[in-house]
Amino acid sequence: MTSDRPLLAVDGLRKLYPVGKHRIWGRGAASSLLHAVDGVSFTIGRGETVGLVGESGCGKSTLVRLIARLLDASDGSICFDGLEIGKIPARHFGLAPPRAQIQMVFQDATDSLNPRFTAFRAIADPLLRLRRLSGTALRARVEEVARLTGLQSELLSRFPHQLSGGQKARVGIARAIAVEPRLLILDEPTSALDVSVQVVILRLLQDLKRQLDLSYLFVSHDLNVVRLLCNRILVMYLGHIVESGPADRVFAAPAHPYTQALLSAVPKPGFAGGRSTRIGLPGEPRSPIDPAPHICPLYGRCGRGTEKCMVDMPALRAIAAGQFAACHYPITDPAAEPQPLAAVA
Amino acid sequence: MIGDSNTVPLLAVEDLGIEFRTRSGTVRAVDGIGFELCRGKTMALVGESGSGKSVTAYAIMGILDAAARITSGQIAFGGLALLQAGEKAIAEIRGRELAIIFQNPRTALNPIRPVGKQIADVLLRHGNVTAAQAPGRAIEMLAKVRIPDPERRARSYPLELSGGMCQRVMIAMALACAPQLLIADEPTTGLDITTQAVIMDLIAELTASQNMATLLITHDLGLASEYCDHIAVMHAGHIVETAPMEALFATPHHPYTAKLIAATPGGAPSLDALVAIPGALPDLRRADLPPCRYSERCERAAPDCFDRPLPRRSVGDDRRVACHFPL
Amino acid sequence: MTATLRHTGYVLGENPVTAFAFTLFFLFVLCAALGPALAPYDPLASDTAKALTGPSPAHWFGTDQLGRDIFTRIVVATRLDLGIAITAVSLAFGIGALAGLAAGYYGGWIDRIVGRAVDTIMAFPLFVLAMGIVAELGNSVANIVYATAIINLPIYARLARAEANVRRRAGFVEAARLCGNSEARIVFGQLLPNILPLMMVQVSLTLGFAILNAAGLSFIGLGVRPPTAEWGIMVAEGASFIVSGEWWVAFFPGVVLMAAVFCFNLMGDGLRDIVDPLRRT
Repeated sequence: MTSDRPLLAVDGLRKLYPVGKHRIWGRGAASSLLHAVDGVSFTIGRGETVGLVGESGCGKSTLVRLIARLLDASDGSICFDGLEIGKIPARHFGLAPPRAQIQMVFQDATDSLNPRFTAFRAIADPLLRLRRLSGTALRARVEEVARLTGLQSELLSRFPHQLSGGQKARVGIARAIAVEPRLLILDEPTSALDVSVQVVILRLLQDLKRQLDLSYLFVSHDLNVVRLLCNRILVMYLGHIVESGPADRVFAAPAHPYTQALLSAVPKPGFAGGRSTRIGLPGEPRSPIDPAPHICPLYGRCGRGTEKCMVDMPALRAIAAGQFAACHYPITDPAAEPQPLAAVA
Repeated sequence: MIGDSNTVPLLAVEDLGIEFRTRSGTVRAVDGIGFELCRGKTMALVGESGSGKSVTAYAIMGILDAAARITSGQIAFGGLALLQAGEKAIAEIRGRELAIIFQNPRTALNPIRPVGKQIADVLLRHGNVTAAQAPGRAIEMLAKVRIPDPERRARSYPLELSGGMCQRVMIAMALACAPQLLIADEPTTGLDITTQAVIMDLIAELTASQNMATLLITHDLGLASEYCDHIAVMHAGHIVETAPMEALFATPHHPYTAKLIAATPGGAPSLDALVAIPGALPDLRRADLPPCRYSERCERAAPDCFDRPLPRRSVGDDRRVACHFPL
Repeated sequence: MTATLRHTGYVLGENPVTAFAFTLFFLFVLCAALGPALAPYDPLASDTAKALTGPSPAHWFGTDQLGRDIFTRIVVATRLDLGIAITAVSLAFGIGALAGLAAGYYGGWIDRIVGRAVDTIMAFPLFVLAMGIVAELGNSVANIVYATAIINLPIYARLARAEANVRRRAGFVEAARLCGNSEARIVFGQLLPNILPLMMVQVSLTLGFAILNAAGLSFIGLGVRPPTAEWGIMVAEGASFIVSGEWWVAFFPGVVLMAAVFCFNLMGDGLRDIVDPLRRT
């Protein structure tokens, strides 16, 4: 009987980078801090596919690396299957037992494969390091995983530059699932692939999830793909989660103005009218360096902002069943006109 | 000499064929493609990687790689035969009547020159402005593409600008001399969704206000739908179908078009509804390529598809399809 | 392994120049290995009656001013010259590449220390530095090797550092961490194989420099002392006889020296093609 405990529970996670001038002699504190991830909390349940969307600079790459324990958080907790893995420093995590449980598939398969390693060696790497397999046991497991990901065994002796984009993607996936992880983080796994290959890889990911009882954290900028694959989605902006909820609901009725703007920017094949219904976000994102903690991150670009948004940082509140948004004026009816701007910074 | 009517095609490509000499053989990148584009209209060349769409764009601009050879065809730009015109004639109109925006804006700009100077360079070369007027006009262009604080930004280097801003600078450079034809080669690859929307809206607005013809090269059917009147679908160096946008999606006539639409996540209700395209691109180095390069992947293929030359028939209103057995 | 051999065969077959260079190198190595066994005469045996005789069926390359057979001395010197060059380059490559890798990957104080050391070496005209080191430490083969190694170190260090710096941010490094690789394993197991191809070209060029360096030092009197047979000394001793017409004393050692350097330079590309998997189609 599986427990109700979520597989991954992230609470109040923050990652701050010092920027600005340091003094050369002595310990000078950095003059500013860049808030890459600023108080993120969410959970991933067993067998769930959670999508993480957001644009460049929103902090999703950093968040993903914090969860994969490649980086250490500045604050907050990461709880994996009841174990507080945030406390284990990143440089020691390679030796810790949970290392094999959380794996990642990278965006650019070409970049994430060592050009001097054959596909076999690349897939064998985690097995050598984390499972200490060798010889025939190693070969057997690599071939099994290759079969699972649809990689023909004659491709295993090839180098990355001798493989196609789809084949490289499969190698990356095979390597990630070789050590039987429970949580797989997929960082834009199909963004570099052609449409026809993308379908195949997405199907593969769907099948693997069922076969191997995996949970996915699926990071993507392609909202269409996220909609198809994910149960729940999280929308990030400037280091904050601004909306979360079941994928269908969020896509059909976004509650946060940023989500709404994001969805309206996605072109739909066969549909020419996107421009007329476009909800734009004027201006540039606020600076992530030393952000004022009481101003909503979208303030100044949001058509619904008032003075309240400038003095009181909105927290994630429940909007509907399972849907949360961090907004004082969530969009409860997407057909309604946005309220006129009362005050802009 | 350059066409100024909206009904006579500004750009007419006919039976274009391009080959590349490589170490591993001759790649027949483009074979017998043809299309037309009038002023004020936008057309998308849609295809996956390796379909030959960028190569076509470069051939029109005259910036093909040295290893490329044009084996057949004509490109007529407002009465001028581009393939026969000398390098000097092309250099005159390139940048002035004919402009291109590349993907990956940061690498397409000169990293060691301020962006204002780069725009001024184009103006000085093609734009009938004096050296004294050029910087001012460059700032005007930056304002036109809605870069905030243009006087200050003109002194910035590409490294200091975001991807979206760099793309705006490229648009400014391309439109500085009010060209008649704008080619946009995957202009939004690598940009955020919201930035993509803003940039494409900007291009649409500027091209409409100047009655330009636009050729959009993209792999994204959604982008093509939203910004283009006509879509030409390319596969392995052939144009398999040309149609007005809505007609293409309502009733695709070529099997590949139908499969491509069915494989695009944007339109599908669920993952199971997505259909993978069977087979793979044929190796374009082969000497024995069948006349229809899709036939080896096509479920409807018949012996005719491998023997008879590829037909290019008109089907109805402004549509063409290259198939013996269209849908 | 067989794939590597097959690829080697392909590389050699594809480019006749490379094949020629490798054959020549093989001949040199054979000479070095078999050395005295191949020599028809004793390299040190002097026979003043036969001094300065030109090339003849008995003495293919003629004799020098002490009546020693030049061909014998050249063959025997191969072992010394090749040995100096290979040892020196191995040292330079081994230490330089490792230091550079560490500096490029870890940055920080390692980078600063290695950087300063390399800058110091490169501040000198390299041959003068070699002269200085040998003059200070004394004339011996070992010291020539050390001097040659030191002056060639910076090139490897810089190359390795630059490559490591670029690649440490690569995706496969992160992926390696996810697979449980320690930092040391990443540097040696993942990064080092990637920088090897570039190093191979450098190795062959450096081999040429090393031989020239040893010959140069001997030419000016530092390094190997007579009567030891060494190509540089032979050229030096023969130089004074060119004017008086006995050209062969300097010519043949000079040609062999040139051939060796030439051969190493040509090998560079071939070595890189063999080692670099991106060359495999």
